[in-house]
Amino acid sequence: MSTHDLKVESYQEMFSRVKSKNEGAFIPFVVAGDPDFETSLEIVKTFVENGADALEIGFAFSDPVADGPTVQEADLRALKAGMTTQRGFEFIKRIREFTSIPIGLLVYYNLIYQMGLDEFYQAARENGVNAVLAADLPPEEAHDAVTASHEYGIQQIFMAAQTTSNERLQKISQLCQGFLYVVAVMGVTGARGDLELSTMELIERVKNHTDLPLCVGFGISKPEHVQNVVQTGGDGAIVASALLNIIQENLQDKEIMKEEIGAFCRELKEATHK
Amino acid sequence: MITDGKFGKYGGIFVPELLIPALEELEKAFLKYKDDEKFNQELDYYLKEFAGRPTALYYAQNLSEKLGCKIYLKREDMLHTGAHKINNTLGQGLLAKYMGKTRIIAETGAGQHGIATAVIGSLFGMPVDVYMGSEDVERQKLNVFRMELSGARVLPVETGSCTLKDAINDAFRDWVSSVENTHYLIGSTMGPHPYPTMVKHFQNIIGKETRKEILQKEGQLPDVVIACVGGGSNSMGIFSGFMDDEEVELIGVEGGGDGVETDNTGATLCKGTEGILHGSFSFVLQNDDGQINEAHSVSAGLDYPGVGPEHAYLQTTGRANYVAINDAEALHGFELLSKYEGIIPALESSHAIAYMEKYAKMPENKGKTIVVNLSGRGDKDMFLVAKEMGVEV
Repeated sequence: MSTHDLKVESYQEMFSRVKSKNEGAFIPFVVAGDPDFETSLEIVKTFVENGADALEIGFAFSDPVADGPTVQEADLRALKAGMTTQRGFEFIKRIREFTSIPIGLLVYYNLIYQMGLDEFYQAARENGVNAVLAADLPPEEAHDAVTASHEYGIQQIFMAAQTTSNERLQKISQLCQGFLYVVAVMGVTGARGDLELSTMELIERVKNHTDLPLCVGFGISKPEHVQNVVQTGGDGAIVASALLNIIQENLQDKEIMKEEIGAFCRELKEATHK
Repeated sequence: MITDGKFGKYGGIFVPELLIPALEELEKAFLKYKDDEKFNQELDYYLKEFAGRPTALYYAQNLSEKLGCKIYLKREDMLHTGAHKINNTLGQGLLAKYMGKTRIIAETGAGQHGIATAVIGSLFGMPVDVYMGSEDVERQKLNVFRMELSGARVLPVETGSCTLKDAINDAFRDWVSSVENTHYLIGSTMGPHPYPTMVKHFQNIIGKETRKEILQKEGQLPDVVIACVGGGSNSMGIFSGFMDDEEVELIGVEGGGDGVETDNTGATLCKGTEGILHGSFSFVLQNDDGQINEAHSVSAGLDYPGVGPEHAYLQTTGRANYVAINDAEALHGFELLSKYEGIIPALESSHAIAYMEKYAKMPENKGKTIVVNLSGRGDKDMFLVAKEMGVEV
């Protein structure tokens, strides 16, 4: 089946779908090509078969300053395995052979800039990407990216953090489409023990300033976290480092890796039930 | 932000959302205090009494005679801690204090910025954590010891190329997690706005003094100002004193490593392409895909795949020219100044000295007045240079 034969579900449709079942969205993250192209694809398939409502796919970058050691290691494994931006889009195309759920790309802006904004967003469109979030592209610098994303029908996602003022939240939510990425912690990506009270307060504060669905990421690493996010009013939970840890710990045995990822995904999805 | 921090199209603020409010706060404080009388009085006091300003503009008589030009050296190597870095750390450290920050983090390559930050941490009573690539920790053991003596904690960075760019990555990560009480004291005219503008402001003193001193000594402006460029702070500091004097040629000297024709180079402006790294849009050493290459230079301070955005602007407008000096040429520069003037330059500054010799030897430059910014002293590099020369110390 080619990309064009499969209808791509929009974020809006996906959020309506999970909402009608009284659930939140479970959104797992993986770096395209970690630890290698085919295994990575099988991991994504495992996500989809075990409850993923949407996918967050990272394109590896050599200097990911917003990420902690877990994502950085995953980035380096993918780069070592020969991933490039072009291969990243081939990866998305392959995902589109087996699922229609929304796909968001998480990138650093230099990758977009080097490919060329038009080329990047066009490739995103042609390969079935729904949305793009550049971790180091705040609204102040996003004019060209937003213009290109509109032109190619890609939703541009922005982040809201604990340090973001209410005034700024308003500005961000006007520019953002699809969903708002709520950064749960004061820090970089990485699995954490407990979800702080401040995360819940942030979700509540952001909800007062935007109608966009809220997906909460950074540090969401246990079913309890997912449950807290959903109960507090978050529309989706993005889980990254906890899943990447399973990859890292099972590089020698891919079957066990997939089994563990599958079981963990089922638990995480279960936790989205309200 | 109050201003966009752009130099032409270069610069800007390419950072995760978490950091934007911190940069806004920093910009606001910088704009407030840069013209504040009390702040400037205090800063002037420390620059004079603690750092040892003003530094001399020294006429290098022996080299001048040898090369047939009038050669002046701006002696930033004579400052406390051994390099121009102290100008900026005093400025930013004082600003951090005025802002009520209680902790300082920094990154360092050669160690000069790390030491300068460590000592102002002692001076202003603030704990300092310095990120340093593990390879640089090894290359600059003495400096690590000096930092630790001043009470700073040196955190070796084991990721990526284990050099300056990775230390900057980790410092950013720390700052993302600690932004409420911590000031990230960036050591060069790089990073997101307001850093390039702010660091230039605190290094302007080099240019201001040099301009005054050369006018006193020569009664006219120099023909050319030469300075080495890693991130670009010493060069921006001295260039700023002559920016509006179109007749003064400005030359930045990058670390060529094994040569700009090879992949082992730190010459970002000579070999790099436009891109986004560490918060700003400038020139970057990268592959076609936008992955950042590892830089290489014998000098840890020039071993960086990025460069301050204002330098990118000056290159594209043609106001300044940028050239590269290879490792071997830099070592020759190191020996040249040591032998003829009894001044041992930092390996960074040795690049500027080496290019100065090349420049002076061009027939069309005979008799010209040349100012070289001697950004730092070479004590820190003695073991490395001895090893390169095959001498056991």
